Amino acid sequence: MTGITQHSGKAAPLDQANVDTDQIIPKQFLTGVTRVGYGKHLFHDWRYLDLHEQEPNPDFSLNKPEHQGASILLTRENFGCGSSREHAPWALGDFGFQVIIATSFADIFYGNCINNQILPLSLKNPELDVLFAAVAADPEVQIDIDLPAQTVSCHGQQFHFDIAEHHKYNLIKGLDAIGQTLELQDKIEAFEGKLPTWLQA
Amino acid sequence: MAKTLYDKVWQAHVIDQMGEDSLIYIDRHLIHEVTSPQAFAGLSEKGRKVRRPDKTFATMDHSISTRSLAIDACGPANKLQLQTLADNCEENGIELFPVGHQKQGIVHVMGPELGLIQPGMTVVCGDSHTATHGAFGALAFGIGTSQVEHVFATQTLKQSKAKSMQVKVSGNLPIGITAKDIILAIIGKIGHAGATGHVIEYCGEAIQGLTMEERMTICNMSIEAGAKAGMIACDQTTIDYLEGREHSPKGEQWQQAVDYWLSFHSDEGATFDTVVELQAADITPQVTWGTNPGQVMGVNQVVPTPTDFSDPIERQSAEKALKYMGLEAGQKLSDVQVTDVFIGSCTNGRIEDMRAAAAIAKTGKVAPHVTAIVVPGSNQVKAQAEAEQLDKIFIEAGFEWRLPGCSMCLGMNDDILEAGRRCASTSNRNFEGRQGRGARTHLVSPAMAAAAALKGTFADVRDFQE
Repeated sequence: MTGITQHSGKAAPLDQANVDTDQIIPKQFLTGVTRVGYGKHLFHDWRYLDLHEQEPNPDFSLNKPEHQGASILLTRENFGCGSSREHAPWALGDFGFQVIIATSFADIFYGNCINNQILPLSLKNPELDVLFAAVAADPEVQIDIDLPAQTVSCHGQQFHFDIAEHHKYNLIKGLDAIGQTLELQDKIEAFEGKLPTWLQA
Repeated sequence: MAKTLYDKVWQAHVIDQMGEDSLIYIDRHLIHEVTSPQAFAGLSEKGRKVRRPDKTFATMDHSISTRSLAIDACGPANKLQLQTLADNCEENGIELFPVGHQKQGIVHVMGPELGLIQPGMTVVCGDSHTATHGAFGALAFGIGTSQVEHVFATQTLKQSKAKSMQVKVSGNLPIGITAKDIILAIIGKIGHAGATGHVIEYCGEAIQGLTMEERMTICNMSIEAGAKAGMIACDQTTIDYLEGREHSPKGEQWQQAVDYWLSFHSDEGATFDTVVELQAADITPQVTWGTNPGQVMGVNQVVPTPTDFSDPIERQSAEKALKYMGLEAGQKLSDVQVTDVFIGSCTNGRIEDMRAAAAIAKTGKVAPHVTAIVVPGSNQVKAQAEAEQLDKIFIEAGFEWRLPGCSMCLGMNDDILEAGRRCASTSNRNFEGRQGRGARTHLVSPAMAAAAALKGTFADVRDFQE
């Protein structure tokens, strides 16, 4: 995997709170056995007027001509709540989103994004108001994210965001987390040897 | 320093510290067909193996029919997913309970009933309702598929420690009030994201007085409050439940295990980042009115008016929810007709739930306009219910009695609600489209669901009881 350092792109607005993973990718698309191809079903219930995805809903933000090609999603608090399905970041990534800016994220979804090289970053609501307004005024407006510096910039305004060091490191390096842990094999074995007997097997 | 239950379980599992992250050992890994195939594929692409197949147990639950034991009953995509699980388990030496197996069931019903979950353990599964197992004083949480792969390969996870929250439910529970009402009332109080970043410990007289199955209902919906996990300390109720179960320690190990388990409790004076208290006496039968589990009210309250919410985001959510739900502000729920009733799920698919619903079902008949299904949480629950002739009570009253699985909680099989249908459901999520595109879900307890089935509208279950 390649890492993320800087990202610049246009944003699509989804100005609502508590967007759950059932909305991001509904259950009928979870029967796959691979990680690819979920983007066309992203936000299925909101994005399409029919079950067969033939009639796009013209009122849904992501369908509007001015938001095509967006790589940043703007949304509000508790984004990604509900089911742990990693199909949600797979669908968002497959659709083309590399950064999600929200007031807050649900815990499992947040970790799933990190493991899929999607940057979930939190800003305060008044800061998000500025970004939503900028996109409303000019859908082509460029938003610049600098992960090492932990900043989001738009139209000369700059906002700071917090991210845990290890999440930042893994996103920048695009690391194989399993490979890293396997280097600690000896410590894992030693730990297993000290477990209470009924937990050993 | 005084430690919390969460501190103790956490510290007992730290293998290594890596900055602010810890590498923690995982004692039990449960898997099902939906969130495991990509993890197995990832392993084999890198030539890795499942490190501890003996600590990993698999079941089929999400994608299966509740009318047929055939794995192709819900179409070729579901069949492929189920067959992939069977092949992966076979190849990796993991014990699987396939459709029709006497130990098969919803992953969070199957695990506890086999004694696979014990106090002080760390338990993970690629499923957010893994929080259920915290009822045993275990640290249990849902993970994504990349993490499932990480546990397969290493039997560990990298985690940052969460904040702690104590939720105390004081006093005794009034008659007719169930564990489901307690947890819905808690979520109503703290909100759908109220416990984000926290591990909850539930305590207080009303919690201590619950059975293990009731405690599982409470912990199960911790995720609906945004929590990473929910826990209840081990006590005699826990020990009595575990004694004699298939995977519980036996012989001289039993007493050693009990002593070890009882050490997992919050010390006197332990401090929590957040403390919430509810009085059990204030809790009434709960029904959700909106499209997230925090949008909940007492059955005798009226549907709220969006302008009552001072927070603009909550107000906007309420407006959107009422529109989706087809409800009017100020409406009484006893005037709202239901078309469907679903009794089951990892929240309320256990034998005590079946008994509670059957106790109401035997007082009447399902209203003519209502379709009502009862889906036991596992084959063991089904067998026990049939031994008690609960199936006959349900069928006699006009409910359908189905085969075990996740069923209409999320409709990954063919138990899907059509648009506009309104369901009183014992499941855990009332999100838009959760039970079917355009379908409307109201979360309730099993007794409340049965009461709605009989009355044809929402009803106060306390009116059904002597």
